[in-house]
Amino acid sequence: MSAGRRGKKPVRWHIAVFLAPAVLVYTAVMILPLFSTLQLSLYTAVDNVQTFVGLANFETLFGDPRWSESFWNALGNNFWFFFIHMLVQNPIGVLLAALLSSPSLRLKAFYRTAIFIPTILSFVIVGFAWKLILSPIWGVAPGILDAVGLKSLYQPWLGKEAYALTTLSLVSVWQFVGIPMMLIYAALLTIPDEIIEAAECDGITGMSQFWKIKLPLILPSIGIVSILTFVGNFNAFDLIYTSQGALAGPDYSTDILGTFLYRTFFGFQLQLGDPNMGAAIASAMFLIILAGVSIYLFGIQTRLRRYQF
Amino acid sequence: MKNTLKGLLLASTFVGAAGMAAAQDVTLTIESWRNDDLTIWQDSIIPAFEATHPGIKVTFAPTAPAEYNAALNSKLEAGSAGDLITCRPFDASLSLYEKGHLAPVQDLEGMANFGSVAKAGWSTDDGSVTYCVPMASVIHGFIYNADALAELGIEVPETEDAFFAALDKIKEDGSYIPMAMGTNDQWEAATMGYNNIGPNYWKGEDGRLGLIAGTQKLTDDAWVAPYRTLARWKDYLGDGFEAQTYPDSQNLFTLGRAAIYPAGSWEIAGFNAQADFKMGAFYPPVKSAGDDCYISDHTDIAIGMNPKTPNPDAAMAFLNWVGSAEFASLYANALPGFFSLSNHSVTMEDPLAQEFVSWREACNSTIRSTYQILSRGTPNLENETWNASANVIRGSETPEAAGQRLQEGLASWYAPQQ
Repeated sequence: MSAGRRGKKPVRWHIAVFLAPAVLVYTAVMILPLFSTLQLSLYTAVDNVQTFVGLANFETLFGDPRWSESFWNALGNNFWFFFIHMLVQNPIGVLLAALLSSPSLRLKAFYRTAIFIPTILSFVIVGFAWKLILSPIWGVAPGILDAVGLKSLYQPWLGKEAYALTTLSLVSVWQFVGIPMMLIYAALLTIPDEIIEAAECDGITGMSQFWKIKLPLILPSIGIVSILTFVGNFNAFDLIYTSQGALAGPDYSTDILGTFLYRTFFGFQLQLGDPNMGAAIASAMFLIILAGVSIYLFGIQTRLRRYQF
Repeated sequence: MKNTLKGLLLASTFVGAAGMAAAQDVTLTIESWRNDDLTIWQDSIIPAFEATHPGIKVTFAPTAPAEYNAALNSKLEAGSAGDLITCRPFDASLSLYEKGHLAPVQDLEGMANFGSVAKAGWSTDDGSVTYCVPMASVIHGFIYNADALAELGIEVPETEDAFFAALDKIKEDGSYIPMAMGTNDQWEAATMGYNNIGPNYWKGEDGRLGLIAGTQKLTDDAWVAPYRTLARWKDYLGDGFEAQTYPDSQNLFTLGRAAIYPAGSWEIAGFNAQADFKMGAFYPPVKSAGDDCYISDHTDIAIGMNPKTPNPDAAMAFLNWVGSAEFASLYANALPGFFSLSNHSVTMEDPLAQEFVSWREACNSTIRSTYQILSRGTPNLENETWNASANVIRGSETPEAAGQRLQEGLASWYAPQQ
């Protein structure tokens, strides 16, 4: 009798009860909006009435030469934006973390804070500050270059199609370099001293110690940083909007998916907003990010070797 | 400022409640995006109306300009919008009328004081229904630093050759940037560039209506030639104009570092406050001396009635008053650079505003070519024109290619152009 009762598991209500608040809030603010966005992209407004049109919005987005040109331009720019971050932000982040974790460095806390501060600044401040620094009229950039005799190198970078996007990417790198630095710094701190000592006993010191011992141990963190960068970059909008406006000038050369979505969804100047096409772009963005994250999770993360200490 | 605004918005609800309690007084609330004009409405316009219309109280309740369209739409949908609604020109208001959020006003007595161009911004395409009473327009032209031009011995240019000769002379002298404009924000290139000088080429209303009717194309010489002229501006703009923003240009001019500013009349109040030199204005130079001149006298702001208002009679009384000579004179003088659209002769105190408005006599008026009907579809002609004008000035697109691209974009959705 008692054995039978023990075998039948009691319903564990407390799990549901304790999960409920988080699940409800998350559903209300994340899951429902996500699905209603996906749903919105399958409709279009005919005489102010929402009508189901299947995948017609996506056909327009990828089939119509104007829409698809804007879309591929924005996507291409987005990849360039991401590429600059991976090429500049993350290596610099690793380098700074390596320097910070060096035992002989003084004023560590100061450097760490100083490098991290831009990350907590608002995009509006960063966008306007850099716009002013680089301004051909009031900016300090032309003056500084002039002082070292390199005035000829100065260009109104934000106004030139060839440079604007790269310039903004580097501004974004300046702002966010603190995040990979912090994460990798934390990973470096978790490496046990015994391993470092063992390496030293085997004669591995200096640079080769970093490459052969530390780097393999922080690779999972670098992976996480890369995926965070990917998601952040493909959702980016604020910096471009504050410095170049919704038209992402010059000549759409700084247009990324976020600004393209904004212009389409909310409208701009005389262009009335089109929530359905906007939702189609948002869905495409969602799928791109989902694909990227999946590739990382299933293709890369599972192959990373983890070490147990 | 923000707190006062919030306080006012809050207060307006209390005032509304108090008005109902008093039963006699009717309160009208005005929705607007002109939050810069709050004090002008409170101190001069509303008291003038209330003095002649006992029993009606008016509250001016503006929203921030960038949020206005979205906020107004949701208030109208929810039924909580004010009695009077400030109208943007053309399609934004037309779509409100089509959704039943604006009442027809063409039968008002005061509407007789407006011409067809003034009413065009707030009428249905066939012109049979007008749903807002026009308040003001803005005129385009060039504002110049009169001291600088006098110092260099330059006459105010009337023809295009004289205009470029003047720019050459300023550039040669080197103490001033010939012209203050940048392409970073794009819209100045289209609004103060293309649509400023363009009407002289496409003959104002003739060309604009021809484009709407489909008898003219953006690849026609009349529409491409202004781009060719714009492309010549490049050499006269300041160093690094590609990254120069709109406030940069305003500051360059008011600090006395630039001689000529391609302008809209809305700059007048700000420039009067900032600049400590004498300013003058000239209309877009014509091709050869004696040609008819055309100016962009753009219908910008109007006011209409929310059909769901509980006090339609009082609201109509207010709209009628907006059409009166008294309102025209009050508004034009309180906000120099926003010119009355009515046929009343309005005396303005500000010399620069007088100069701008005098062109209405000398030249033919038109509105910005891209605003009526042509910006209804995707791609949007106005937004494309910003991009094309900025490209042409920067030299990254030829005038012909720009015209071709705009024409293809317009033809992709606008039947008369197909």
